[in-house]
Amino acid sequence: MAALLEVKDLQVSVADREILHGLTLTVNEGEVHAIMGPNGSGKSTLSHVIAGKPGYEVTGGQILFKGEDLLEMEPNERAAKGVFLAFQYPVEIPGVATMNFLRTALNAQRKARGEDELSTPDFLKRVREVSGSLGIPQEMLKRGVNVGFSGGEKKRNEVLQMALFQPSLCILDEMDSGLDIDALRIASEGVNALRAPNRSMVVITHYQRLLDYIVPDVVHVMSKGKVVRSGGKELALELEANGYAQYQEAAA
Amino acid sequence: MNIAVAKPDKPDTASDNFAAVSARVPGAGKVADTRRQALDTFQRIGLPHRRIEDWKYTDLRALMREVLPLAAAPEATALARAETAAKLHAIDGVRRLVLVDGVLAPDLSDLAGLEAGLSIRSLSEALQAGDDRVLSLDTADPMVALNTALMTDGVVIEVADGTTLARPLHILHITSGGAPAAMFTRSRIALGNAAVATVVESYVAGEGASAYQVHDSAVISVGDHARLDYVRIVEDAPEAFNITSAAVSVGAHAHFNAFGITTGGLVSRYQAVVTVAGSHSEVQTNGVNLLNGKQHADTTLVMNHDVPHCASREGFRAVVDDRGHSVFQGRINVRQPAQQTDAKMMTRALLLSDEAEVDNKPELEIFADDVTCGHGAAVGALDDSLLFYLRARGLPQKEAEAMLIQAFVGEAIEAIADDNLRELVTAAAVRWLEARQ
Repeated sequence: MAALLEVKDLQVSVADREILHGLTLTVNEGEVHAIMGPNGSGKSTLSHVIAGKPGYEVTGGQILFKGEDLLEMEPNERAAKGVFLAFQYPVEIPGVATMNFLRTALNAQRKARGEDELSTPDFLKRVREVSGSLGIPQEMLKRGVNVGFSGGEKKRNEVLQMALFQPSLCILDEMDSGLDIDALRIASEGVNALRAPNRSMVVITHYQRLLDYIVPDVVHVMSKGKVVRSGGKELALELEANGYAQYQEAAA
Repeated sequence: MNIAVAKPDKPDTASDNFAAVSARVPGAGKVADTRRQALDTFQRIGLPHRRIEDWKYTDLRALMREVLPLAAAPEATALARAETAAKLHAIDGVRRLVLVDGVLAPDLSDLAGLEAGLSIRSLSEALQAGDDRVLSLDTADPMVALNTALMTDGVVIEVADGTTLARPLHILHITSGGAPAAMFTRSRIALGNAAVATVVESYVAGEGASAYQVHDSAVISVGDHARLDYVRIVEDAPEAFNITSAAVSVGAHAHFNAFGITTGGLVSRYQAVVTVAGSHSEVQTNGVNLLNGKQHADTTLVMNHDVPHCASREGFRAVVDDRGHSVFQGRINVRQPAQQTDAKMMTRALLLSDEAEVDNKPELEIFADDVTCGHGAAVGALDDSLLFYLRARGLPQKEAEAMLIQAFVGEAIEAIADDNLRELVTAAAVRWLEARQ
């Protein structure tokens, strides 16, 4: 299998404090990887740096996406290439109707790839298909982006975008935070429906619970800015039983 | 020691203009007296400067420096240039009233077939007839005084009791071009009891017009149970000045819904005094400034609550880029009899560059004890977390900014009741945003 994402010896600082100290990770096409670890281990930093969030300084190493240097690209260029970050806390954007946002974003990505813009009927058809399968009412799409949405609705809106944009790499940053069991199940089903041989996922979470729904191929343990152990899905169960303490000592 | 000496501003130009205006607008009796007194007031004070409290943030002595000579009455070539501009800025479905270089141009206006209950005259006609209702602006302010002394023409619109105008009226101010000059205009919009009308007033330039001066004013009255929707669009040439003063009087059980957008001109000021004189009335005034380069735009509103059971809402938004400067001064006066007043004022500004400047001056003066009044002000930059979210979804930086700016001003534009006019103003905002990219 070809490597989709290659993170090599990545070192990242925020305000002169190093958060990632030489992190290495390879995600092949079609694989689902889980990244687990305690608070402050650098999981979210990794997801932000892959998506291109400003404020992080990469002091060493590289990130290749489909063999290209991801760090040289603007966030919007990364999106057009197929990188999608499902936010831990999706922002509310008052005054921007969800429908308008979805269409503008989709067409911006298509334009960047040299594709034609989607016609309004085609766009509406696609939105109706995916929103229907996620149980998102059309009424919600007329409102401002995430404005007045519950935690579960916000996450479903992230999955809706994932289904609409059809990215080749989905990074789910603590998708389970703030969700009750039912909301978690609905969002996870949406994610599972998107699993495909040409699509990879990186699932970042504290807890085993999410991985009962989205079953990973590979589990990594992060501690203090590094991947300290990798294994199969059974590693998650072991972590749930024993906690992270041993890894925090190991990394120290 | 540096002593600033207040120099009277080129009284010669004002006097010359006064002579020129007097030749064109005879007027007699009270009209002539008022104009003469107003000239004296202006010559005594000169252009307002920063030591005059109301003009603290808009120092015309520094920004405008001098009053330009009166624009010539438009000849054939000016009218031809204006006609081109009028087509460019035409609005569908309106009755158009065109002022070219400060003079009503009947050939470019839709004056035929006025519906029953609608009367339209030129200001010069009204002045010659000695109609003193156009005089009711407080000339203590030097720019109102200047305008009063030199007003040449304008439109006088009267809507009779019980009349609902099906078509909005569009007062279109066109500066045709040619040598920089000053226009002095005044309009009167009077709605009788239970009358309903929509008026849009816009300011544009013909090709080649640059550093001209618009000195405009409006006397507006809204009768009992009447409703006036009023939209003002300032799209003057990039080097132009626009100083406009308005006095609005609102009767009982009436609605006055005003909206203003400024994207054009170098220096502009809109100063309005709105007085709710009858109970159970509602006033809404919303505005948007979209500024860049060295543009300076000032909105100064005085909201007078004289009677009980009225509500007023003021919402003002500014987006300022480059070295632009936006000013909002809002004063709410609630007099002792005005119990149960519900008055709110909110101003928000978005600064897009380090050198952009915004000044907000909210003031409340309340003498009644049973009222709900409030004001708020917020100034900030675009939210980085929102920008990143949009960029992570594929929008380039400028497009992401444009989407957030449009959302920001869109919330104010929502207040425009007429669908066409709301789209028109939205389009003006979009033009500004597209020019940025």
